[in-house]
Amino acid sequence: MSDTQTQLDIDREKGNFRYDVDYEFDAGTGLNEKTIDYICDVKGEPDWIRQFRKDALKKFLEKPMPTHWASHDLENIIFDKIRYYLSQGGQKPKKTWDEVPEDVKRTFERLGIPEQERKFLAGVEAQFDSEAAYSNIKEAVGKQGVIFMGSTDALKEHPEIFRKWFGKVIPTGDNKFSALNSAAFSGGSFIYVPPGVKVSHPLQAYFRINAENFGQFERTLIIADEGAEVTYMEGCTAPKFDTATLHSAVVELVALKGAKIQYITVQNWSNNVFNLVTKRGLAMEDAEVKWIDCNIGSRLTMKYPGVVMKGRRARGEVISIALAGDGQHQDTGAKMVHAADETTSNIVSKSISVGTGRATYRGLVKIPRHLKGCKNNTECDALLINTSSRTDTYPAISVRGTGNACQHEASVSQVSSEQIFYMQQRGLTEAQAMSLSVNGFVNDLVRQFPMEYSVELKRLIDLEMEGSVG
Amino acid sequence: MKHLKIDNLHVSIGDREILRGLSLDLPTGQVHAIMGPNGSGKSTLAKVIAGHPDYTVTSGDILFDGESILEMEPDARARKGIFLAFQYPSEIPGVTIANFLRAALQARLPEGEELEATEYYAKLYEKMDLLEMPRTFTSRAVNEGFSGGEKKRCEILQMAMLQPTFALLDETDSGLDIDALKIVSHGVNSLRGPETGMLVITHYQRLLNYIVPDFVHVMVNGRIVESGTKELALKLEAEGYDWATEPEAEAVGV
Repeated sequence: MSDTQTQLDIDREKGNFRYDVDYEFDAGTGLNEKTIDYICDVKGEPDWIRQFRKDALKKFLEKPMPTHWASHDLENIIFDKIRYYLSQGGQKPKKTWDEVPEDVKRTFERLGIPEQERKFLAGVEAQFDSEAAYSNIKEAVGKQGVIFMGSTDALKEHPEIFRKWFGKVIPTGDNKFSALNSAAFSGGSFIYVPPGVKVSHPLQAYFRINAENFGQFERTLIIADEGAEVTYMEGCTAPKFDTATLHSAVVELVALKGAKIQYITVQNWSNNVFNLVTKRGLAMEDAEVKWIDCNIGSRLTMKYPGVVMKGRRARGEVISIALAGDGQHQDTGAKMVHAADETTSNIVSKSISVGTGRATYRGLVKIPRHLKGCKNNTECDALLINTSSRTDTYPAISVRGTGNACQHEASVSQVSSEQIFYMQQRGLTEAQAMSLSVNGFVNDLVRQFPMEYSVELKRLIDLEMEGSVG
Repeated sequence: MKHLKIDNLHVSIGDREILRGLSLDLPTGQVHAIMGPNGSGKSTLAKVIAGHPDYTVTSGDILFDGESILEMEPDARARKGIFLAFQYPSEIPGVTIANFLRAALQARLPEGEELEATEYYAKLYEKMDLLEMPRTFTSRAVNEGFSGGEKKRCEILQMAMLQPTFALLDETDSGLDIDALKIVSHGVNSLRGPETGMLVITHYQRLLNYIVPDFVHVMVNGRIVESGTKELALKLEAEGYDWATEPEAEAVGV
């Protein structure tokens, strides 16, 4: 194999289309107090939220861009040119697809959402730019007392639960982008699962960016009450634009005593998207929070899902796959904060760098001195496809005390030319051989996914690899 | 009958010439053995036929049924019917044998046609039984953590599944104990037939007791210096390669 020339324009065509939409509500470009007032007025929000947003705006403006440790590419985000709120067809999502405006409905049909909903989901929320166009939960699941709705509706309809946990797992000032989200948030899901209820099928949200120069700031809050179980999946796409698009979400999970939350992301952003997301879960006694995170596409992704294990025997897990295509930077990882005895955490991260793609792993594991019987296992493996591909690992592990254990394994491997020749000798093209190698590399992780998502992920990898050999 | 014809082939890697005017005609229905001392270019010949990118053909030709394959990619050659059982097979972490072979067979079907899963597994199990491989093998990653014997058996399993027109077996006997050698040879012999031509490359005569060739060629310094029937292999076994190398050494002026 000669070192393969990568093509700049990686083909991930499924999400790359766009229908023209007339927006009824547009907050214009730039973010200031007036923008926030506009959003609050349009959404009819209570005063405490207006104040919350304005406080967040101050923090956002105060905080420096984290370029002292992260990529300088962040400096290329021009906040004044971004549009912070766009919606069409009002702020109230529809309960049936027939009510969804035609052009928006066409978009989601093309992405296969209504079909997936019929086949294997307990509920779906479909967000188009700033607002959910559709939100529905299967009747049987609703009857169990499960609440699944947009966060805008939830803060009005269930203020007692919403307000109790909103912004508690991830404080506004956690980082510059959590502050930005807290100022401008719109859309995202709210889920509450009552004690002991196990939701048998996944709930899904789909986030679609349609507009150019736009920022999507959804806010998701999931609460699993004692002994409850829920799986939530999110997918995301955007069309390819010449200008930068910003996606900056905040996701907070709360697993009360003995509860289990599994959160699965398969993102497929186009290469112009800055994807800067803060995700964290709180696990109380005997509770479990598991993040399964697949990052494909985007220009720069910065995302380190975390679990704070606050109750005894709580468990946290992050399974992460990142594919950095040509010109892309996947800066991903995990945070595990042990805050009670006998808590265990597991991080498995696999990254693939193609062409000039760069994959960065950042991991934080914290076990303080006073705790006993805590365990962490971290594995991070990187696969480099081309000689121009890059990978970096920045683990920050602080394990104190004598009764705690931590193990960390890291590896970097390369698809060798002999391996490719071997596979070609069996009749596979170079692209097929690459694709099979990459799928083999992530295979043990993909097996943990629901079937529909592992098929989707495999297809995305095939498309990436097709574009990577010339 | 089809022919794999090597015509006055000169091959270099970097500045070093390895094959120096090698000619050979392998028709289907026959098994040819190539023997020779280490470094004579035997493995190079196999890799060049398969299209390994490290080697440059400086002159001569390789013809598959009259058509030159020099410009074809390795995968196109493979799909045309050339199979190489590697001396050192590569590991493919995370890719199971069942999935790998399935992908390889799928690559041979016209676009839009799907491999029939039931038939595929029936055939796979039949060939595995032939090679005395336990069923659990299908879910192991290709060559990952395999013993030498398992790797060679896996190569022959692939050959049995892909049913090539011309099979090149590169030192298939190396690293095999006598029991494994018998199983592998049995597998290879069962694939002999009028539709298949085989080129068996080996350093030792031992393998040829089990895979009996129709013709034996002795290769020294990048060309064939003597051809004959299987008795030639016995002569090599008894007398070593010295008799063959000496005149060659004189001929090239060493």
